[in-house]
Amino acid sequence: MQRELMLEAEKIGKYFYDPIKFKVLNDISFKVYRGEFVTLVGKSGSGKSTLLYILSTMDTDYEGKLNIHGQVTTGQKQNSLAALRNEKIGFVFQFHYLLPEFSCLKNVMIPALRLGKYSRQEIEERAYQKLTLLGLQDQALKPASKLSGGQQQRVAIARALINDPLIIMGDEPTGNLDSKNSQIVFDTFKQLAHEYNQTIIAVTHDNDFAERSDRTIEMQDGVIVSTAKEFGK
Amino acid sequence: MRYRHNINSEISMTYIVTKKKLTLVAALGVTIGIAIYIFMNSMMVGFDKKSTELVFRSTAHIRVYKDEVMSLPLLPAKGKNVPVIINPSVVPESDKIVDPERIISLLRQQPDVTLVTPQVTSSVFYNNGKSQITGSSYGVRIAEADKMFNIAATVVEGSLQDLKNTPNGILLGVGVAAKMSVRPGDNISITSSRNVTRVMKVVGLFQSNNSQIDKTKSYINISAAQQLQQEGPDYVSDINISVTNPDNAPNYSAKFSDLTGYKAEDWKAANATLVAAGNMRRIMITVIALSILLVAGFGIYNILNMTISQKINDIAILKAMGFRGRDVVRIFVQQAMIIGMIGILLGVILAALLVFQLSRTYVGGDIGYFPIRFEWSVFFRGLLFGLIVTLGAGYIPAKKAANVDPVSIFRR
Repeated sequence: MQRELMLEAEKIGKYFYDPIKFKVLNDISFKVYRGEFVTLVGKSGSGKSTLLYILSTMDTDYEGKLNIHGQVTTGQKQNSLAALRNEKIGFVFQFHYLLPEFSCLKNVMIPALRLGKYSRQEIEERAYQKLTLLGLQDQALKPASKLSGGQQQRVAIARALINDPLIIMGDEPTGNLDSKNSQIVFDTFKQLAHEYNQTIIAVTHDNDFAERSDRTIEMQDGVIVSTAKEFGK
Repeated sequence: MRYRHNINSEISMTYIVTKKKLTLVAALGVTIGIAIYIFMNSMMVGFDKKSTELVFRSTAHIRVYKDEVMSLPLLPAKGKNVPVIINPSVVPESDKIVDPERIISLLRQQPDVTLVTPQVTSSVFYNNGKSQITGSSYGVRIAEADKMFNIAATVVEGSLQDLKNTPNGILLGVGVAAKMSVRPGDNISITSSRNVTRVMKVVGLFQSNNSQIDKTKSYINISAAQQLQQEGPDYVSDINISVTNPDNAPNYSAKFSDLTGYKAEDWKAANATLVAAGNMRRIMITVIALSILLVAGFGIYNILNMTISQKINDIAILKAMGFRGRDVVRIFVQQAMIIGMIGILLGVILAALLVFQLSRTYVGGDIGYFPIRFEWSVFFRGLLFGLIVTLGAGYIPAKKAANVDPVSIFRR
């Protein structure tokens, strides 16, 4: 079966200029297919987070070419990249980045309200569905600041899912969580990839988390050392 | 189909509602700024109105008169001519305007001219037993002069109508009357500079609130004034003109000079010091009022800057989730505008109260009630400047927020 290509990085390189010119990423090329659960691993300073932010289209200062869902994003204007992120990419960070003044439900609704694909009522229903998927239906109307850390992270995941993005990117999504909550997040990602056919790309230094993903890309000193699963072999 | 959910306003409204105290403090700054701005400008309009009003009680918008002529050399020193040196001096010519009726009717036909009336000014002595009081008598057509200078409003005893009905009537300043201890109905004798003495009947007294004028000035019928000058009924020394908009008087004076062949002087030229003082006052008040408004703008700027640095995480995640730079600008500019609107609204109310209160405060003397006026244009200008200042104060930090690089926030 021909798998659908979701993301392709071609010879991506990046420099840091402060304090001195330094090449953090060197000749990075790989492909990610639809429905894959990919983790990026590597030691601190290996460039994995830098790479993720380039893939996210938020960092546009790089060399090489990036292709997301058949669309070359390299060189596109900020506004069209913002529209692309809004529709096709969901983000989960180590910190939840919820808007503390808003209820959980409103937090989940915000990206969908920006997109404007559905009416307000439909968006509210969909936001409830996403919260239910993450077991948070009872917390929907509470202010985001009143939830526990694990719950907040799950709300953040619900928010990342609201526009049914093709790709969900995570930067240490379980970094601040205890093992129980980490397990919930991991299971959710796995379910999204395998049942809903969404693509997950997550940076992690949790070996256990990486080990159980579909594929692991390992980086060292700005280059990819392997793109195949090696754990447990 | 795409729905347009107004999520930007929703976010800015939430920021405002959850930060009530900050919003109120910033709005209060604008309130005070706007109130002072409107208040000071209303005061300026009041001062201007009052001072021109005082001027127009005795000065016409435009006065046409015969200017003094300097003597010319008999022979110009040119070529082989022997120069004849003389002292240049004012040629003692009559200050009479030739054929005044023709000039008056010509001026009446001009556009924007509302009133034209002749006047004969003469220096006189009011004879009070052995002593004499110097003064000046204005020979006028009293009905027309009243329309121009609103004399009736200053009459405290007797009436203007009596002056019209009494050929040798005289309307006397209260100061003169007090010195001579006369009342309406009494007779006085006055002597002109041409040494003509006439007995006049006091028909009324006026009080202009300027004691210097009250101690010297009187109104008489124009025919009586012509007799005092030993002149016939075609003698006129000044022609006074009113125009629709006195502020434009200087535009007409040159035109009327050419038209009549006599000197036409507008009130601004005649009262240059007063006009200059008025301009100075205007500049001062405008600068002060605008700086206060600007300070209010800085209040908004500061509070918005603070909000933005507190909300830097929100801005980063919004941008990550696909909010464009202009959405972020809109969120914060809207916040500034709402703060500004609240402030402006309160400021306008406060200014209206201040103006109302002060306009009912009696300060006495020449002024009467405090010269402050409700002027819609001033309130409108306050509103407009308020909006511009808020927009500027909101846009600068908002633009900064829009340029936040989300990656730099996430990687901290």
